[in-house]
Amino acid sequence: MSIDLDQRRAIGDEIHGAAPTGDVKTLWEEHLLNLRLVNPANRRKFKVIVVGTGLAGAGAASTLSELGYQVEAFTLHDAPRRAHSVAAQGGINAAKAYKADGDSVDRLFRDTVKGGDFRSREADVHRLAELSVRVIDHLTALGVPFAREYGGQIATRSFGGVQVSRTFYARGQTGQQLQLAGSQQLLKEVGAGRTTLHTRVEMLDLIVADGRAVGIVVRDMITGEIRPVTAHAVILATGGYGNVYFKSTLAKSSNVTATWRAHKRGALFGNPCFVQFHPTSLPLSNEWQSKTTLMSESLRNDGRVWVPKQPGDDRAPGDIPEQDRDYYLERMYPAFGNLAPRDISSRAAKLQLDAGKGVGPLRNGVYLDFADAIERLGRATMEERYGNLFELYIDATGEDPLTTPMRIAPGPHFVMGGLWTDYNQMSNVPGLFVGGEASFNYHGANRLGANSLLSASVDGWFVIPWTVADYLAPRLGTEVLGHDHPDVVAAVADARARVERLLAVGGTTAPDHYHKELGQLLTDHVGVERHAEGLAKGQDAIRELREDFWRNVRVVGHGAQLNQELERAGRLADYLELAELMALDALDRDESAGAHFRSEHQTSEGEAMRDDEHWTSGSAWATAGDDGRPVRHSEPLTFEAVPLATRSYK
Amino acid sequence: MRLILDVWRQDDAASPGRFERYEVAEATPEMSLLELLDMLNAQLVTEGRDPIAFDHDCREGICGSCGVMIDGRPHGPVDSTPACLQRVRNYAAGDIVTIEPFRAGAFPVIRDLVVDRSSLDRIITAGGYISTATNAAPEALTLPVNKHQAEAAMDHAACIGCGACVAACPNGAAQLFAGAKVAHLAELPQGQVERYERVRSMVTTMEDMFGSCTNYGECVPACPAGIELDVIAHLNRDFRRAVIHERRGEQPRRDDVPWLARLRSGPWLQSDPDDRPTDDRDADA
Ligand SMILES: Cc1cc2nc3c(=O)[nH]c(=O)nc-3n(C[C@H](O)[C@H](O)[C@H](O)COP(=O)(O)OP(=O)(O)OC[C@H]3O[C@@H](n4cnc5c(N)ncnc54)[C@H](O)[C@@H]3O)c2cc1C
Ligand code: SF4
Ligand code: FES
Repeated sequence: MSIDLDQRRAIGDEIHGAAPTGDVKTLWEEHLLNLRLVNPANRRKFKVIVVGTGLAGAGAASTLSELGYQVEAFTLHDAPRRAHSVAAQGGINAAKAYKADGDSVDRLFRDTVKGGDFRSREADVHRLAELSVRVIDHLTALGVPFAREYGGQIATRSFGGVQVSRTFYARGQTGQQLQLAGSQQLLKEVGAGRTTLHTRVEMLDLIVADGRAVGIVVRDMITGEIRPVTAHAVILATGGYGNVYFKSTLAKSSNVTATWRAHKRGALFGNPCFVQFHPTSLPLSNEWQSKTTLMSESLRNDGRVWVPKQPGDDRAPGDIPEQDRDYYLERMYPAFGNLAPRDISSRAAKLQLDAGKGVGPLRNGVYLDFADAIERLGRATMEERYGNLFELYIDATGEDPLTTPMRIAPGPHFVMGGLWTDYNQMSNVPGLFVGGEASFNYHGANRLGANSLLSASVDGWFVIPWTVADYLAPRLGTEVLGHDHPDVVAAVADARARVERLLAVGGTTAPDHYHKELGQLLTDHVGVERHAEGLAKGQDAIRELREDFWRNVRVVGHGAQLNQELERAGRLADYLELAELMALDALDRDESAGAHFRSEHQTSEGEAMRDDEHWTSGSAWATAGDDGRPVRHSEPLTFEAVPLATRSYK
Repeated sequence: MRLILDVWRQDDAASPGRFERYEVAEATPEMSLLELLDMLNAQLVTEGRDPIAFDHDCREGICGSCGVMIDGRPHGPVDSTPACLQRVRNYAAGDIVTIEPFRAGAFPVIRDLVVDRSSLDRIITAGGYISTATNAAPEALTLPVNKHQAEAAMDHAACIGCGACVAACPNGAAQLFAGAKVAHLAELPQGQVERYERVRSMVTTMEDMFGSCTNYGECVPACPAGIELDVIAHLNRDFRRAVIHERRGEQPRRDDVPWLARLRSGPWLQSDPDDRPTDDRDADA
């Protein structure tokens, strides 16, 4: 097997995110002044498509609709409320500094840049921190029942990787409450007749004409009808692709199709290999388990992580005395202990598992122990704080965390990668905007806990509505493309042909079978720890699997009906292409950074070693040319406000 | 362990449905009932037969996508637990598990176990929100909320929108769902401004589509989110007040607005662009 990189990818020109330069603290304010505006009376002349009604999509759609644009919103779910944002548990960060603990906008900014291991865009991250303040105001006004102190003030807690208390939460259901607030705003606009909502409709392709995004091709999931929708601009807020691993903390319908099809139509894909493994997922217990359930990281505030010192120690946890336990996070990272960031905690857990110290029937977990916290705070407080998480755990395992330590393990959870966007959240295809987990710009190589609900909210409510106007303003007077335009006709024909091709393979193997195989390949080769040889092998194996899929997949039923096998197969076909790019990107990025840990690049103490000289950049991939090699463009990153430093949580 | 599954099969809304019997040979106790369906579907696909369509997504009890009648009960044998978290361990080898779609007039079957629950969102569309435009919110701390009230609001806001309450109700009423939203927003200071208009609009919209509540209380044990019956009392109380306010002329009626009439009659998701209400803000331009 050859690892020769140059045979696998080509190098393209440098690209730039068009972030304004100057004092990072005032960039966004100045930028707003420079953005063009659309006169309120003219807004109704513009039609904007929003794909995805998660936190990012619902925010963008409802705000644009309030402003007076014609909005068409699409979701593959039967109701906007069901987007996967609903599943976020722990909370949302904001630099409100409601506690006298030294927090500030600049500190959230710095923590996010450092947490991302210096692989994100400074200007974008500062904007994220700045706007976090408005997000909390907005959500509160919309009726999100944030946890409160006795005096009536909003309560906060601290969350993995930071030493201040800036995470706002609504019990263990923060994402649900935010998502409900967002979808209610969207439905308000539907009621007002300004937004048209299409549920159970899946985007299958992007329509590009004259180099601009001018519409999408969709499939009605009930009738199977495939048709075009054209508009002046398209916003993708279709969430993350972590479910490419099959067993992940994501919802089963999460997919990459919308962004991947856009990529195939010319949009650059940023840092596809940056995947976060969550250290507090439930260990798998059987083959039929359909996903890994997440136990919120907030549990690490009060839980202590440990494994037995002796590999293979079979005693029940209660029978293992203190001196035989290794509280490895506290030992390895005394300053942060059990709150060490996710990538570090996940890797530390993997080290213990690899050393044979895993616990539980399959020896695939580590303990998260609440005994000390129960003694300190009492059972009632623990139940108030974590009640529903404990219930979830009891239900899944039959064990009570109040009496037996929980078992946890790293699981794929969040993707920092996504479509490349500039400072305006616009991709390199003009008119195509991307927000939320579908985009790539805030979290660098690792995301801080509670920062993703934030980035989805900021993009949807406070960035895209402003920047879309800037794009639309000079296009006043242009008509949306007719459905008989050749580029529209061609895109629809492509989408139909693809569906027919899937149905026509006529093999013997179910799509889910391939998905599981793909997940295993990724876990083995593009997982918590990667190395060149494994990645090259992984890339080749993924390609073979894809070829096998197109020869042997069986999609039962036909296309003119609700056909969930067909939906699965279509999404999987895109995952099989994306996965190859993930392996290639991980192979290409010859350094360790954040969640991307290349075992060739570590310090003598086993910590990630960045290569700032060569890799202080984002990677933005273009689809393969005729020679079959994807083209990697680099976006150089500069760090002025937060000087490059080695991340240390010791 | 071997289980027998009697599953409702129906090709589409227009076709008649029927039960079909299947067998799963190797179910394990920790599997969820949806994973049991996954297993059966894998079997069916291997045999080249159409797998059973069912809604699901998060598989952890929060998205509200799942929802089927299992042995005649919404979501399954265990109270207050969504289908995705019901476990095979509640069955013994050889048991027959009957799975059919939610049965309610307001939830037409789309295919097999998949039903159309968009009628629930119509209720929300009629008023289940607080009308604050983006960027118009005051600093969050200017609205202190009593901790107990915040907790109560959270209790009501926990509804996952699954529709089990409707399926459980002999009348097919949606009072628990609507009451949960009304009570959530009415509990908070932010929700006061639109409180009565909200409830009036939501209730009248609901009554167009769902049956009437006669206090059977079957909804509560079926509810996976722990919504309590008191939200229905809340709903009724606020609705009565709204009617009184309206009679006294203290309450503007939004009924005259064309979109509201359209919302009631459907198709609710489509709106005619020519018929869009003029945005007041446009007038100042
Ligand atoms: C279990 C879990 C817990 C989490 N906890 C936290 C937390 O505590 N704090 C935090 O900050 N972050 C958390 N995250 C991350 C965070 O929830 C997500 O990153 C964020 O909610 C993503 O929001 P989004 O709007 O980008 O996408 P989503 O909410 O995933 O929405 C995607 C939308 O796109 C639609 N869609 C997708 N593809 C198509 C298509 N092809 N056609 C049509 N529609 C499509 C879907 O229907 C949906 O409406 C958590 C994530 C998980 C998985
Ligand atoms: S009230 Fe309960 S049963 Fe009814 S929709 Fe909400 S969560 Fe489901
Ligand atoms: S699948 Fe989400 S609640 Fe059951």
